[in-house]
Amino acid sequence: MVGFYTVLLFIFTGAFLVSFTVALSRFFAPTKQYPEKLIPYECGDLPQGDAWIQFNNRFYIVALIFLIFDVEVMFLFPWAVVFNDMGLLAFVEMFIFIVVLLVGYAYVWVKGDLDWIKPKPRLEHLAKGKGE
Amino acid sequence: MEPLVQFFYILLPFLRDWPEWLALTVIGIVAALLMFGFVAIFALFAIWLERKVSAHMQDRIGPMEVGGWHGWAQTIADTIKLLVKEDIVPENADRILFKLAPAIVFTAALAGFAVLPWTQDFIPADLNVGLLYILSVSSFAVIGILMGGWASNNKWSLYGAMRSASQMVSYEIPVALALLAVVMNAGTLSMRHLVMAQSGNILDWNVFNFFPLTAVAFIIYFVASLAEVNRTPFDLPEGESELVGGFHTEYSGMRFAFFFLGEYANMYVVSAIATTVFLGGWLPPFEFLSFIPGPIWFVGKAMTMVFIQMWLRWTLPRLRVDQLMYTCWKVLTPFSFAIILLIGLWKVI
Repeated sequence: MVGFYTVLLFIFTGAFLVSFTVALSRFFAPTKQYPEKLIPYECGDLPQGDAWIQFNNRFYIVALIFLIFDVEVMFLFPWAVVFNDMGLLAFVEMFIFIVVLLVGYAYVWVKGDLDWIKPKPRLEHLAKGKGE
Repeated sequence: MEPLVQFFYILLPFLRDWPEWLALTVIGIVAALLMFGFVAIFALFAIWLERKVSAHMQDRIGPMEVGGWHGWAQTIADTIKLLVKEDIVPENADRILFKLAPAIVFTAALAGFAVLPWTQDFIPADLNVGLLYILSVSSFAVIGILMGGWASNNKWSLYGAMRSASQMVSYEIPVALALLAVVMNAGTLSMRHLVMAQSGNILDWNVFNFFPLTAVAFIIYFVASLAEVNRTPFDLPEGESELVGGFHTEYSGMRFAFFFLGEYANMYVVSAIATTVFLGGWLPPFEFLSFIPGPIWFVGKAMTMVFIQMWLRWTLPRLRVDQLMYTCWKVLTPFSFAIILLIGLWKVI
């Protein structure tokens, strides 16, 4: 557990050093602020509206896929550590596990959710004029 | 006992007389300060090197004035300039998140240094889950960048942060899977034991294991780690020509400097992971070269990787967002899965 304590000390030291240096710079840096300086940068123009808008985050589904894969990676790491001792059994078990995941992956791929520009839904099965 | 604690006990025998918690705290803080010093010096050197490399690749000579010999003091001058620059927080910004963001990015980068094995005896924290730890800590940077971009209340920053979130999160999968290919054979996650399993000469390094499967894993890791640390050709989060400065558009002075420092520290961390896991860490390539101490090999190998990153930066153009996602999800991820299955098959048969 000593190692984790050292890690904790690293994190505290890092946070301390950042705040210390920023505080130090306040000592040297000039402060001459006027309203124009505090406007967010938008190519020199006055900013048009707020930046906290509803953002079209197209990668919502990719974020979900990431979540699934990341959990899977968490399962794979302990598996990889004991792989040498377990041999064939471990391989077959994880093979089934990965294949189940890859089926979902293939589904997402075919659906086009991995593309940045989503394909338009196919509407051929509808009568003409309805899906347009 | 931890290698680091032993190292310090030998170096400074009087620490044995102190109460254990005090000695451990002092040793930990000293190690953290040492690593911070290394990060600072590395960043100063690497920024200078990057400007020189870029200049010579474009048939220029780069900075030549400050400090005399080939402008070696240029970055020091720049740092002092950043220190005396005004610290501006935009009026409409979310002040707490805005100030917290660079601290998180830098702290995550520094925490990654805690498990780097410089040599057999000097590794700040020899965790038995070292590799997993470094992966999880390095993904903290995403939170910092997202916070900084969102809190700035600037459209460029928001775009940069969103791009960075989708990019860094996606590329974590190939990074982890490529490292897994090595873990399967080594059977350990401790950074120290990973290196010790590669002792011998250059052909015992993990890159040459199961040739060419691990070599492909190494390439996958390298490409994906470039995206993890936002280096060209994957530097969309801060692409100057389209997003002004990306997520750090609104940052100035020391806060900006810490984003920059964190980026360079991360460059070193990913290179050091590649060195540890694939390139034999502190071990020399041939037995007769073992008179050169381990840290020199470790830093030398990592610096070579850093140089390759710079080389790529000035060679390749930036990818588009859709190409970026294509590379990750449709090239790197399937290939790394295939490599894991093939290595498993190879070992079982």
